[in-house]
This record gives sequence, C-alpha cells and structure tokens, in this order.
Amino acid sequence: MGRITLDKVRKAFGDVEVIPPLDLRIEDGEFVVFVGPSGCGKSTLLRLIAGLEDVSGGEIRIDGTDATNLSPAKRRLAMVFQSYALYPHMSVRKNIAFPLKMAGLDKAEIDKRVEGAAKVLNLDSYLDRRPGQLSGGQRQRVAIGRAIVREPSAFLFDEPLSNLDAALRVGMRLEISELHKRLATTMIYVTHDQVEAMTMADKIVVLQAGHIEQVGSPLELYRTPRNKFVAGFIGSPKMNLIEGPEAAKHDAHTIGVRPEHLMVTPEGGTWTGKVGVSEHLGSDTFFHVTVPGFAEPLTVRAGGEVDLHYGDQIHLTPDPAQIHRFDAEGLRLA
Amino acid sequence: MATQHSRSAARLMMSPAVFLLLVWMLVPLIMTLWFSTLDYRPMRGTFDCCEGLGNYTRFVTSSAFLDSVVATLQLVGGVLVITVVGGILLAILLDQPIWGQGVVRILVIAPFFVMPTVSALVWKNMFMNPVNGLFAHLFKGLGLQPVDWLSQYPMFSIILIVSWQWLPFATLILLTAIQSLDSEQLEAAEMDGAGPLSRFGHITLPHLARSITVVVLIQTIFLLSIFAEIYVTTSGAFGTRTLTYLVYQRVIESQNVGLGSAGGIIAVILANIVALVLMRVVGKNLDA
Repeated sequence: MGRITLDKVRKAFGDVEVIPPLDLRIEDGEFVVFVGPSGCGKSTLLRLIAGLEDVSGGEIRIDGTDATNLSPAKRRLAMVFQSYALYPHMSVRKNIAFPLKMAGLDKAEIDKRVEGAAKVLNLDSYLDRRPGQLSGGQRQRVAIGRAIVREPSAFLFDEPLSNLDAALRVGMRLEISELHKRLATTMIYVTHDQVEAMTMADKIVVLQAGHIEQVGSPLELYRTPRNKFVAGFIGSPKMNLIEGPEAAKHDAHTIGVRPEHLMVTPEGGTWTGKVGVSEHLGSDTFFHVTVPGFAEPLTVRAGGEVDLHYGDQIHLTPDPAQIHRFDAEGLRLA
Repeated sequence: MATQHSRSAARLMMSPAVFLLLVWMLVPLIMTLWFSTLDYRPMRGTFDCCEGLGNYTRFVTSSAFLDSVVATLQLVGGVLVITVVGGILLAILLDQPIWGQGVVRILVIAPFFVMPTVSALVWKNMFMNPVNGLFAHLFKGLGLQPVDWLSQYPMFSIILIVSWQWLPFATLILLTAIQSLDSEQLEAAEMDGAGPLSRFGHITLPHLARSITVVVLIQTIFLLSIFAEIYVTTSGAFGTRTLTYLVYQRVIESQNVGLGSAGGIIAVILANIVALVLMRVVGKNLDA
C-alpha cells in the first residue's frame, strides 16, 4: 500500500513561504513525477513527504494514517538521493543491508534480502566493493537497492539521474520504469527534466513557485495545458507562444502552437518567414524561423532530411485543431 | 615535470634546501651519538673517550628509567583520550548553527596560541593553587576541602593542562572534517531508521576516522616532547618525570652529557617504536 494525501500542506522558511497551502492525492501504485524549473519547491515538497523537513501547516496522510509528525524512519518510505548518499566506508553489501540492520532483522533474513536485491539490480559481482570503486550508474543501482530491500510503501526519488551522462540516463530511466512495473509500488520522482517526466510518469505534477500548476497524465498535459506556463514547460522543443494581432484573430490574448503542429509549405501558408538556425537530429530537423511582426522566432519541426537553408523563405501553416488559446491571465480558453 | 631536462633542473634547484635540511638534522644527531659514547661531564672537566655502551646500560638500568617510560605513556595516552573525545564533542557542538558562531570558534581556538610555559603558570597559580586558586575557592564555596592539585593528583593535573592546550587543535581538525560530511548521508541514514546514536556511530565516526588518525599522529609527536608544563609545575616530582624530563635532568642537573645523550638516543628509538605501532594501528585509515 502507498496512498499519500497532502492536505493544505504549507512550508515556510522564516518569513519566506516556499510552498503555499497545497493539496495533492497520490494513489497506491502510481508513478508520480514532480516537475518544474529549479527553485519551484519540488524537492522541498518531496522532503516534506519524506519527513526530512517539518511542515509549517497542514496534514500529510500515508495510507490513511496521519504521518505529519512522524519521524522519517516511521513513515515506511525509502528515498534515493541526488548524490546517492551511499555510505563510503561500507561495502555495497553493508550499504544495502544497513536499513535492515537498523530494523533489527536477523542475519539470515538480511543476507537473503540483500542477495535478492543484488540479483534484481545486477549487482551480484560488486557486493564486496566500496562505493568509491563503482561507476555512477552502479552507485545509482546500489542506492536503489538500499531502497528496495526495505519493501517500503513508497519510493521517493530526488533528481536521481542528474549526475549521470546522457546515455546512462536513458538506460536508468528505463530500468526505474521497469522496476515500477514489477514492484507496482508507489513512486514519487522529482526532476526538472520534462523528458523524464513525460516518459516515466503515470501522473505529472507541474510546480511553479510552490504552486501546483496542473496535475494530469503526460498526454493530458501535452494536449490540454491549463495555462501558458504548463504549455511552455511540457513538450520539447517548447511550444511557440504568439501574442498580438495574430492571437486576436483567434479571440485570444496569446495563442500557442507546438513546433510539430506547424506545416511547412513552399507556397501560400498563413505566415511567411525566414529560416534562421536549424538543428539536424537525423530523425527530425528543428528550424528557427523569423516571422515579421512576431516577437520571437518560431520553432518548427520538419522531417529529417528537408532541403532548407539559412535565409530561405518559407511558408508556415498551423494545424487549426492544435492551436492553444490563452487569455490575458495566461489561462486556457475552452 | 615533463622532460628530462626540467627534472634535472628541479633536482639542482632543490639540492641546497635538501642539503641544509640534512645538515640541520644529521649534525645534532651525530653529535648526540658521539657524546653518548663518552664520559662527558663538563663541570668536572671530564671528556673521556670510549665508554662504549656504558652510558646506555646505566641509563636503562637506573630505577628512574622504567618509571619515566610509564609516566610518558600515561601523559601521552591521557591527553590523547581527552583531546580526541573532547574534540569530537566540541566539534559537533560548534557545527550546530548558533548565534555568534564565528566569535565562539575563535575563542575555542585561542588556547592554542598561549605559550606552554604561560599556560602552565596560569593553571598552576590561578586555578590549581590550593589557597588562592579558583578551584580552591570553588571547593570552599561548596563547603569542601580544597585539593592541592599538583601534589595530590600531579599527573592528572599536567594531563589537564596539556589537554587544555591541545583540545583546540583537535577540535579544529575534527570540525573541518565534520563540516565536510555530506548531509544527504545523514538524511539517508535517518530514513533508513538509524537513530541519532547509530547515525553518529555508523556515519559520522567512520567519516572522522582519517582526521582522528591525523590528530593522534601529530599530537603524539609533540606530546612525547612535553617539557615546559612539567618544569613549571612539578619539576618532575611525584611521578611526573617523563623520558624527556629525565634526559633534561641527566644533562643539566647531573651535568652528565654522556648519560643524557644516551637517554636522548633511547628516547628517539622509543618514539620511533611508538610511531610504528601507531601507524600499524591507525595508519590504515590514511589509505584511500
């Protein structure tokens, strides 16, 4: 079980309120990702759930019982830290066994569970090494191993992949997703990387300045962002946001069109512009197109091998069904 | 150093310093070795050759020798225990966010800057004096009989004085070590269900192991040669005659340079044995 409910949870450091009262429900077995720009309070929120920070108000319930004032150890949650926080003077085996030893389990049981976790995470051959002798990915696995042996009701991940290189990050992302499918335990995952959020989450919580901007499945957020912030944050590259007379044509203060919803035509499109820098990724090409009258250049996605060059004139047509409209406050218009 | 040329240039430029250091170290050592084989008593005008190992056997077989070795070990051991334990506790205390942290830290380090002679005098006259000392006043205030520290508990008193001087050093080194401890490790241990005591035992203490080793090794070197504190307080009486002090007495009070030199060489050998043992016991903490 791992149902976590936050009820009007508030956090202030002195006079600075970093998290205004906030409500959130996390269902059992869900993979929830907290995502937002740095300093948005996502790590603080995770630490509040873990019990490493005290709440300034409100209530945290885990599986229906009030855990607001419970010590971290008693919440039955396991956390994987950004720095992995492995104990450097202990072997991998002792690191993984540490929470079990603290729980007072007998030696045979500890050995059994450590071997089991090591098998799941492919750590068998490293059990007697020290963390200092492992690579980043292996350390990450040890940290996860230390979390899973406790059989917690939920896992908390604090930007666990940010210290890994790009290739390893993709691999570990898959491993964590697979682990979630196999264990079917609640996981809460904090990241600033919207790609991680989109690929892993059952439910994404977008945060800004301590506020929840939107909660929903990845595709919900992609299709119907509730406001301009979510629209700009979810999706890569960013959605093009256009203000002014072009937006007024759609009865909106701002309109948003994703790069993948702009069609490039040689003749007679809605907008005409000049190709600026282009980024070739092989499968896709992203063009930055300057359109006269627009404050910022538009990002356009085209196929992998399009014959367009710096300075070429092109015509763009947005997919009319995929235009997002926002009012002056930045909220979505139905 | 990349090239053959720059390597030899470096050797050439370092050689005066190396030469100076060698002379500085070797000349006194060789002179001591030479004196230790002589019957050299300047006040009597004897400067006779070829005592052989006579001075050594005389020094070792004298009744004072074993006592002085024991006293030395007591002093060094006592001070090490007090400074390491006290240093860890003080370092933990100073690591807490408190008001006026900077000033408190400077105050804690202050005793290290007081000269040994001065601090011994201050302790002897201001604290431990059985009539006018602060401790005497404190005991009288509590209705107790004042203690004559330096004659009733002489070794303990000297250990106290020396510990007071060396506590700042241990605290300083251990404080920097504690500050370098990754707070996420402590938080991880907390989530893993470790209470404050097991967090200290399983995380903080192993993290400090290397610094404790450094403190123990450096302090041992200096504590073996403690002199001023003994000279100022008990003058080696009441079982406080350490090996260093015994050598001093043989050379200056008995005016027997030969015998003292032999004692000095024995002290050097014993210090090396202590260093070897220490390196065996705690030195492995310095690896990796």
